Amino acid sequence: MGAQGIGNNREPVIAVADLTMAYGSFVLQRDLTFTVNRGDIFIIMGGSGCGKSTLLRHMVGLKEPARGRVLYEGVDFWEADPAQRDAIMRRIGILYQSGALFSSMTLGQNVALPLREYTDQSEEEIQELVSLKLALVGLAGFEDYYPSEISGGMKKRAGLARAMALDPDVLFFDEPSAGLDPISAKLLDDLILELRESLGATIVVVTHELASIFAIGNNSVFLDADAKTMIASGDPKVLLAECKDPTVHRFLTRGVEKAAP
Amino acid sequence: MPTEPRLEISRTDGDSLLVLLSGNWRMGSRLPSSEEIRRHLQDGSVRRIILKEGAELEWDSVLLTFLNRVAATCSEQGVAISTENLPDGARRLLALASAVPERKGARRSAAKEGFLYLIGDNVLQFRQAAGEMLDFIGEVSIAVGRLIRGQARFPRTEFMTVLQQCGADTLPVVSLISLLVGLILAFVGAVQLRVFGAQIYVASLVGIAIVRVMGAIMTGIIVAGRTGAAFAAELGTMQVNEEIDALQTMGIPPMEFLVLPRMLALALMMPLLCLYADLMGILGGLLVGIGMLNLNTLEYFNMTRESVTLTNVWIGLVHSAVFGVLVALAGCLRGIQCGRSASAVGNATTSAVVTGIVSIIVATAIITIICDALGI
Repeated sequence: MGAQGIGNNREPVIAVADLTMAYGSFVLQRDLTFTVNRGDIFIIMGGSGCGKSTLLRHMVGLKEPARGRVLYEGVDFWEADPAQRDAIMRRIGILYQSGALFSSMTLGQNVALPLREYTDQSEEEIQELVSLKLALVGLAGFEDYYPSEISGGMKKRAGLARAMALDPDVLFFDEPSAGLDPISAKLLDDLILELRESLGATIVVVTHELASIFAIGNNSVFLDADAKTMIASGDPKVLLAECKDPTVHRFLTRGVEKAAP
Repeated sequence: MPTEPRLEISRTDGDSLLVLLSGNWRMGSRLPSSEEIRRHLQDGSVRRIILKEGAELEWDSVLLTFLNRVAATCSEQGVAISTENLPDGARRLLALASAVPERKGARRSAAKEGFLYLIGDNVLQFRQAAGEMLDFIGEVSIAVGRLIRGQARFPRTEFMTVLQQCGADTLPVVSLISLLVGLILAFVGAVQLRVFGAQIYVASLVGIAIVRVMGAIMTGIIVAGRTGAAFAAELGTMQVNEEIDALQTMGIPPMEFLVLPRMLALALMMPLLCLYADLMGILGGLLVGIGMLNLNTLEYFNMTRESVTLTNVWIGLVHSAVFGVLVALAGCLRGIQCGRSASAVGNATTSAVVTGIVSIIVATAIITIICDALGI
C-alpha cells in the first residue's frame, strides 16, 4: 500500500488481450483488448446483456476465456500454475452485486474468514482488523449482525469490507450502485474514490449508472451487444465530448439528443 | 528487504512524546506492543503524542489497527494525539474509519441465559410453532374445501410435473428398498420357522407384514427423504427469491397454487407406490423361499394369497394415502416457513424430513390402535 503518485504512473496492472467470451458456441464478445493501469478507476460499461458482468468473471478468474489472455502484471492467469493463480487471486477483492455475504455467518465472521484462511494473525489482531474494516465502510459495531438482519445497502458495504479484508491491490465492483438510493449510491462512489486515494488500489467497476461513470471513472471500455465487441475506450468524460459513435453517444447522454454539434 | 516493524519513542522538548514508526508494518509481521507507549504516559507529564513516519515505512491495515490501539490508550489517559507526520493514505483511512460513529445500541451484548430461561423460551417457541402448524393445516383445509367446490385455482401442468416427480421417478429406489426389506423379513422369519418345520409360513409372514404396514412405511420414508425434502427446498428457495410474495400480490394464494397440487399428487401417488412396493416385497420373500427354503413358486403364491386378505391391502393403502398427505404437508409447511437465507433453506429441508418421518411413525401407531379397537 502507501499512496505514491497515484494516477500519474501508467504502470499496467491488468492487460486483456484478444479476449473472446463465449457460452458454448454462442459468442458474447470478441477481440477485447484493453489495459487497466495502477491507480485507475476503470469502468466496464454497456447496455444490459452485453456481457459486462461476464467480462468481470473472466478478469477475476471465475470463467475461462474461449480465446485470448488475461494478464496480471505480465502473468497470464490461465497459463499460470496453481500457486501463481492463488497469489493473483489473493491480491484481488471482489464486491458482488448483492454482497454475496455468507448468510450463516455474522458480518464479523464474514470479514474474518479470508483473514483466518490466508494470514497467521492472532485472534485478537483479526478482531481488530475486522472492526477496522467494518468502520471503514461505516458499519462500526455491526460485527454480530447476520446478513439477513441488515438492509441491502448495508449488505453491499459489508461485502466491501470483506473484499478489502486482505488489503487487495485490485478491487472489483459488480454494479455497486444497483439497488441503492441516489444518496447511498453517491456515498459509495465517494468511498470508492477515497479508497483509491488512500489505499492506492486499482479499481474496476462494472456499471451502467451514468452519474457514477462520470463521477469516478478515469478510464473505461464500452461493450456493445450488437457489434459483439468493444466500440470505445478511454476516459468517459472525454468519450462524452469526443466520441462520434452514435451508440456510445446515445448511451452517455441517456438517448437525449443535444443540439447537433 | 523490508525489516521488522520498529517503534522508537523519545521525549522531545516539554510535554510531547515523539513516536517514530519505521520498518515493515504489514500482515504477518510481529507488531510491537502499545504497552510501551502506555508506560511512557504513566507519570502524567506527557500531554501530546506525535506519531511520525520513520525510515522505510511499509504498511497495510495492520498499522491502522495499531494506531487505533494507541488512540484508545491516549483518549483513556486524556492525551492529545497528532498524526500529521504519518503517510497521507493512512491518515485518510483513519479519518474514514472514524467518519461514521458507532451507532448507539448497535453492538450486541452476548448475555448468557439461565437454564430455566432456556426451558421457558423453548416452551414458548413450541407453542408458537404448534400454532403456526395449526394455522397452516387450517389454511390447507380451506383450500381443499374451495377445490372441492371448484373455486380453487389449480395449476394442471404443475400437478402433472409433481405427479411424475413423486411417482414414476421414485420407482427405482422403491423397487430396491422394498425388495430388500421383503428379503430381510423372510430371512429373519425363515431361521425361526425352520426350527418348527413351518417354512411355508414365511409366505404369510412376509405377505402380511409387507402389505399391512411395512410397504407403506418404507415408501413413506423414501418419499419423505426424497420428495418431502424437495418440496421444502423448492418452496424455501421460492421464499428466498420472493416468489411466494409475488404470487400473493398477484392474488394467487400460494396454498392453492403450490401446496394443493403437491399434496394431492402425493396422496394419489403414494397408494400406487405402496401397491408396487407390496409386490416387490413379496417378490423379495419369494426369492428367499425358493433359494433358501426350497419352496416352489406356486406353493408360495398360494400361501400368500390365502393369508393376505383384502382388508390387509386396504389398511396398507389407507396408511400410504395418509403418509402422502403428511409428507406433503411437512415439506410445504417447512418450505413456506423458510427464512430468507441459504442456511434457512438447509434448515427447512432437514426439518421437513424429520417432521415427515416422525409424523409417519406417529400416524402408524394411531392407525394401528384404531384398527385394533375396530377389530380389523
